[in-house]
Amino acid sequence: MHPAPSVIIFTSLSGLGFGLLTFLGLGYPDVSGWVAFVFFLIAFALAVGGLLASTFHLGHPERALKAFTQWRSSWLSREGICAVAALLVMGLYALGVVFFDQQWRLLGVLGAVLSVATVFTTSMIYAQLKSIPRWNMVVTPAMFLMFSLAGGALLGGQITAALVLLIFAAAVQLLYWQHGDGAFARAASTIGTATGLGSRGEVRAFEPPHTGTNYLLREFVHVVGRKHAQKLRVISFVLGFVLPILILFVHPGHLLALIAVLSHVAGVFVSRWLFFAQAEHVVGLYYGKR
Amino acid sequence: MSVQQPKIDTSPKVSDEIRKTTCYMCACRCGINVHMKDGKVAYIEGNRDHPVNRGVLCAKGSAGIMQHNAPSRLRKPLKRVGPRGSGEFEEISWDEALDIAVGWLKPLHDTNPEKLAFFTGRDQSQSFTSFWAQNFGTCNYAAHGGFCSVNMAAGGIYTMGGAFWEFGQPDWDHTKLFMLFGVAEDHDSNPIKMGIGKIKARGAKVIGVNPVRSGYNAVADEWVAITPGTDGLFILALVHELMKAGKVDAQYLSRFTNAPVLIDKDTGLFLRDDNGKELVIDSVTGDLTPFDQKGVRPSLSATHEGHQTAMALMAEKYLDPQYAPEAVAETCGIPAEKIRKIAADLARVAFDEAIELDREWVDFRGETHQKMIGRPVAMHAMRGISAHSNGFQTCRALHILQIILGTVETPGGFRFKPPYPKPVEAHPKPHCKVTPGAPLDGPHLGFVRGPEDLMLKDDGTPARIDKAFTWENPMSSHGLMHMVISNAYAGDPYKIDTLFMYMANMSWNSSMNTRGVIEMLTDKDESGEYKIPRIIYSDAYSSEMVAYADLILPDTTYLERHDCISLLDRPICEADGAADAIRWPVVEPDRDVRGFQSVLVQLANKMALKGFTHEDGTAKWQDYADYIVNHERKPGIGPLAGFRGKDGKSVGRGEVNPGQLDSYIENGGFFLHHVPDEASYFKPWNAAYQDWAVELGLFDSPQPYLFQLYSEPMRKFQRAAEGHGERQPPEHLRDRLKTVMDPLPFWYAPFEDTHVDTDEYPIHALTQRPMAMYHSWGTQNAWLRQVHGRNPLYVSQKIWDEHGFEEDGWAEVTSVHGSITVPVMLQTTLNDHTVWTWNAIGKRKGAWALEEGAPEATKGFLLNHLIHELLPPKGDGLRWANSDPITGQAAWFDLRVKIEKAAAPLESQPGFAPIKSPVGRGPKDLTWKVGK
Amino acid sequence: MTTLPSSTTRKLGLVIDLDTCVGCHACVISCKGWNTENYGAPLSDQDPYGADPVGTFLNRVHSFEVKPEDSPPQLIHFPKSCLHCEDAPCVTVCPTGASYKRVEDGIVLVNETDCIGCGLCAWSCPYGARELDGAEKVMKKCTLCVDRIYNENLPEEDREPACVRTCPAGARHFGDFADPDSNVSKLTAERGGMDLMPEQGTKPVNKYLPPRQKDSWEGEVDVLAPFLAPVAEEPKGFLGWLDKTLEKL
Ligand SMILES: Nc1nc2c(c(=O)[nH]1)N[C@H]1C(S)=C(S)[C@@H](COP(=O)(O)OP(=O)(O)OC[C@H]3O[C@@H](n4cnc5c(=O)[nH]c(N)nc54)[C@H](O)[C@@H]3O)O[C@H]1N2
Ligand SMILES: Nc1nc2c(c(=O)[nH]1)N[C@H]1C(S)=C(S)[C@@H](COP(=O)(O)OP(=O)(O)OC[C@H]3O[C@@H](n4cnc5c(=O)[nH]c(N)nc54)[C@H](O)[C@@H]3O)O[C@H]1N2
Ligand code: SF4
Ligand code: SF4
Ligand code: SF4
Ligand code: SF4
Ligand code: SF4
Ligand SMILES: [Mo]
Repeated sequence: MHPAPSVIIFTSLSGLGFGLLTFLGLGYPDVSGWVAFVFFLIAFALAVGGLLASTFHLGHPERALKAFTQWRSSWLSREGICAVAALLVMGLYALGVVFFDQQWRLLGVLGAVLSVATVFTTSMIYAQLKSIPRWNMVVTPAMFLMFSLAGGALLGGQITAALVLLIFAAAVQLLYWQHGDGAFARAASTIGTATGLGSRGEVRAFEPPHTGTNYLLREFVHVVGRKHAQKLRVISFVLGFVLPILILFVHPGHLLALIAVLSHVAGVFVSRWLFFAQAEHVVGLYYGKR
Repeated sequence: MSVQQPKIDTSPKVSDEIRKTTCYMCACRCGINVHMKDGKVAYIEGNRDHPVNRGVLCAKGSAGIMQHNAPSRLRKPLKRVGPRGSGEFEEISWDEALDIAVGWLKPLHDTNPEKLAFFTGRDQSQSFTSFWAQNFGTCNYAAHGGFCSVNMAAGGIYTMGGAFWEFGQPDWDHTKLFMLFGVAEDHDSNPIKMGIGKIKARGAKVIGVNPVRSGYNAVADEWVAITPGTDGLFILALVHELMKAGKVDAQYLSRFTNAPVLIDKDTGLFLRDDNGKELVIDSVTGDLTPFDQKGVRPSLSATHEGHQTAMALMAEKYLDPQYAPEAVAETCGIPAEKIRKIAADLARVAFDEAIELDREWVDFRGETHQKMIGRPVAMHAMRGISAHSNGFQTCRALHILQIILGTVETPGGFRFKPPYPKPVEAHPKPHCKVTPGAPLDGPHLGFVRGPEDLMLKDDGTPARIDKAFTWENPMSSHGLMHMVISNAYAGDPYKIDTLFMYMANMSWNSSMNTRGVIEMLTDKDESGEYKIPRIIYSDAYSSEMVAYADLILPDTTYLERHDCISLLDRPICEADGAADAIRWPVVEPDRDVRGFQSVLVQLANKMALKGFTHEDGTAKWQDYADYIVNHERKPGIGPLAGFRGKDGKSVGRGEVNPGQLDSYIENGGFFLHHVPDEASYFKPWNAAYQDWAVELGLFDSPQPYLFQLYSEPMRKFQRAAEGHGERQPPEHLRDRLKTVMDPLPFWYAPFEDTHVDTDEYPIHALTQRPMAMYHSWGTQNAWLRQVHGRNPLYVSQKIWDEHGFEEDGWAEVTSVHGSITVPVMLQTTLNDHTVWTWNAIGKRKGAWALEEGAPEATKGFLLNHLIHELLPPKGDGLRWANSDPITGQAAWFDLRVKIEKAAAPLESQPGFAPIKSPVGRGPKDLTWKVGK
Repeated sequence: MTTLPSSTTRKLGLVIDLDTCVGCHACVISCKGWNTENYGAPLSDQDPYGADPVGTFLNRVHSFEVKPEDSPPQLIHFPKSCLHCEDAPCVTVCPTGASYKRVEDGIVLVNETDCIGCGLCAWSCPYGARELDGAEKVMKKCTLCVDRIYNENLPEEDREPACVRTCPAGARHFGDFADPDSNVSKLTAERGGMDLMPEQGTKPVNKYLPPRQKDSWEGEVDVLAPFLAPVAEEPKGFLGWLDKTLEKL
């Protein structure tokens, strides 16, 4: 898949933002007043910023409101609704915390649940797609959720939680890669099934329908070299998990904590880039490309 | 579940009006419905009533709207201001343009008409353009057939009085076995596709003989991956097998062909009676008799005073073991068993699965046949066999195969379309007598019957600039357009003054040796004048050729002008009917352009050319539409056969009808006149057909004839080469003529194979037509160029592996003549020793209103850079033309190359400097929609 | 609406005959022409005369090579447009309801005025049948020519998709798969019409007819080939035989 910056930014930032909101909603860190304001500001900036980024890839953002209508079947619609609900509830909750020094617990828990639900719905937008086997796995939502929670904990300064969650997230990440590498084969879509000609012999894509490119090729066919991908995985893993975990382990000061956060965010970005760039759409079979 | 769906309008208005005319995106000439909205062309679909396409339309036809609106359209007459090839022009008025042209042409007409060479491309107004040229008085006129497929046309006409091409068609409704040789698209594109569709729907069988298994050959049930240039040998091996097994249609051969005609053992010419009628022995009476007498049953095996029948000569020739499958297998690249199997299949279908139609018919001997017996094997072939230097004989060989099986003009076989069948005798001979200020003494092109008809001057030198109808290529019935520029440049046989061309991209894809041609067009003599002093060119678009002309006469697009697709020319007939068609301006041009034929009328009028002028000096016609309606070739016969006579009810023959064009328009742009059922097969011998043809005006009297298995005209040339007769060939051609002018088809290796080292150049290199592109024009079409925006060189698995090619790799391809560096692509469905590419996708930078970075110019390429119009010198130091020695057909597919892996260059090589676009560039975005 | 109808009254779709398609691209271009002028936004082209032309097409013709075990390789032309799936993922993923499957005939359509151009439906389609238009930024796909097949302004015989009407080889057939007696149902039954990527669970309505057995000679050749038996090896013998044959007639 084409690793469009808009979707990478969207999923990465909103994941972090809603992760932080989850923790804030649950009352970790237990803050109020200006400190709370700053925490909420960061969380909202990430979540809203991410959502806004996602609208950049829309052809008609001005019609975005229509996207709330199809919650009965569409994960994208559900995500929109969850996100707005989470933001509204958490907004209300934040008002209480920042301005009234009130922690409306029920509201906070509801907000946290909605935040987690938002991340889950986001993940399901990808995980539901049978056409992209590497995404069409249970591990995908697990990964999105773990990333979001670990990031949230890290941003929220919840050292122990962050440590545990980062370790889990790292494990899920490895599982995702390991599992993802075999996903296309397991999905059993081949050029033979795509053309229905597989039973006659070995099938090979000959001439494409056009000599130039098209929307499909631009959007769905992005070939990353294996070596390249391997290197990026290492980088992403070190930045996203190894370094932050090490820092947390040696008990950080503020500066180191900041580095841990930035490193994690950078790692998440690289991981997301790979999430898209390595995902092979079955339509590539028609073009002899994956 | 309650479902709410948006309400959509499922019956929107389609258009304001439909105007029916004829497509021009190729020579197939399908009927089209042009949907108009707000006075503009909105959508084009096929016309369901039209005899050619019955409603279907190919990609090019459907994309006509993009052609008609292409940004590359020329807008105004142009006068060259920069050097030739720069593309620098000044727009001028039509008055000035016509004055310049007349200023150049009139003096030539008055003094040396042959100093004008007028050559036209693939248009179908040849009966008109030749009429113009004839009245101008030059002998130097031809259309493009010489480099296209004259072998096919001439081979067919000399052998059976008609050819494949667009002059005949398989009997799609009845055939059970269809064998296709060397065809990618042909001029009959939609009908062939429709026909293959019909065959497929019936589950009948298709055999594709082609080194490349794409397109039609991809859907073929059996693939014969023949080695290029060897079809003649393969076909004669089939003939050998069939004859050996007695699987020939003896009845048919005896009655309808010259197989029983006696050949004079001394001269090799036919034995004839005093009236010139060919003689046979009647097997009933044993008498020597003219072949066409009532009740005669010609004997195939009789002899008379030592003279044998043509059949006997054939048997002797083709039963020889040199034609046995084993003997030819290696050369043809086809296993002997496979050849046997094909022969057996042909015989089985032709004889064991023969069909009968319950239709009575009467033959020319007056004999009534109760039924029409059909041999349901149909064959079709095109440039794959004809664009070789042995193409004429190969085409003849193929017709021999068809004829011995009795499949020509019988149900399920191959059928002619009116005005064919038509024997050689009913065709004109060529003419070349030039008289200053007067018309030529007759039509330029025709069919020679022997050396006496050659176009030679008294001193034996060629009369024509292209050296057509000379000893180098005696039967060059379509002229040799591909030799015009090089001969004019060399001043051989003489210098000309003005080269006037129409619709042919001669500085690019339609020439061999493209760079050489560019040099010839731009080279100057000592006095600083161009070696070809003046070039006038008519094109509708900003092609590569435009840049090389001095004066450009911009044409309209096909939707903006009158045209006629005439029975006098290359009509749109079907086997079951005579048909012709028109184009008419369904929209008026939005630019200052004029239909080229109308411009020719205007030029003729300004020069007061004879045929265009009344006795009183006034012009006969104002424009082409006027000519189409009012010109009469013979009394009552004009360009259009339909709606003649005062009341518009006469067919074929009839007075001029001023409302004729309106009637055509009302009728959907065409006219169709059915062949009666009893006349629908056996046409060359069928009295009912002959009478119908006379009534329609195709002939003045019935013209029944025999198929010419043994060709007497060829024997006459051969005899001359043997030293007989007054007109003698030059010594250096004598041996060649003795060999190639064999009156019975034979096979010889393509010339390139014997002129280059085939160990060094082991690979055959071919081109094919893409179905969705028409030569160079397709490229300016925004929709089509997305399908074919560049062309790779397709490489066989064997060559791919041997050279270690990889995906997206490049190769340097070298012939004896030159070298190109181009992208490669693997194709496993390809003869092992062959590479090929799509024809005419590669473009010159700056042409066609494309940006200079267009893939056509950066990745696309022409194979033409590797092909030369002359072969490398042989032992005798002479350079033979890269053409068929009989017809002069350009031997595009003889090409031999070697190939090497190459590092990817920035662009395909050779590169050429960009030309300046006289029309600017196309827009950045296209959101085409007419009306709301 | 984004949920799929539980069933549709009719199941309109195409049968594409891979045995007959010659790969001419006529269907591609006539589709482009019709849909540029009709339903929804025109199918636009970016950089149409430049270095990198990219346009929207609703139907495209691929080609594949197949290498059977023991006969020569084959080339197969392969047209592909929306298959109007029964379980169309492109419909259920759509957040706006712009994508929907019609209850009356099963046609999958995009209501362009509701489309936000998110692209998700295209992501979900295994077949690459949807393309986001570069100018209008809405999702385009084959409409099965919904504005032709019922169009009372067209003569009855023309109420079929543009691509079917134009196909010179007759490789495309249009009809109702819900009706077992329809041309498409019969063809599918007779010729073993197949689904593309059945494992994707989309249940395509459009069916593909597999190419017929090709190159049957290859196996036959040496074993049972009934070659022609000679009547004569010599010209004399052949001619004598010929005359005897003629006399018999
Ligand atoms: N390598 C290789 N080369 C080949 C061949 C091959 O097989 N292989 N085939 C050869 C054959 S058979 C042929 S016929 C030639 C064809 O080659 P050309 O006859 O040169 O064909 P086009 O490229 O179509 O060029 C015709 C010109 O007509 C112009 N034109 C189009 N429409 C109109 C119109 O309405 N009016 C006017 N006045 N002009 C118009 C176009 O703009 C173009 O410049 O190519 C030959 N070249
Ligand atoms: N779409 C489209 N249609 C066209 C044209 C076009 O440009 N585009 N051009 C028109 C013109 S001007 C012409 S002349 C006709 C030409 O019509 P075709 O004769 O169909 O044209 P080519 O593409 O030259 O095809 C030659 C075929 O012969 C095969 N071949 C080459 N050498 C051999 C051989 O030795 N033996 C055998 N058996 N096969 C061989 C090639 O692989 C190829 O398939 O098409 C006309 N129709
Ligand atoms: S075959 Fe195509 S391009 Fe040629 S006349 Fe017919 S529709 Fe036009
Ligand atoms: S129009 Fe018909 S033959 Fe041509 S590509 Fe389309 S389906 Fe195949
Ligand atoms: S082919 Fe693709 S776009 Fe069409 S219905 Fe099926 S999933 Fe949807
Ligand atoms: S692109 Fe349009 S039709 Fe497709 S899912 Fe998004 S809103 Fe729906
Ligand atoms: S049915 Fe209509 S929209 Fe669909 S591919 Fe055919 S022409 Fe295009
Ligand atoms: Mo041609």
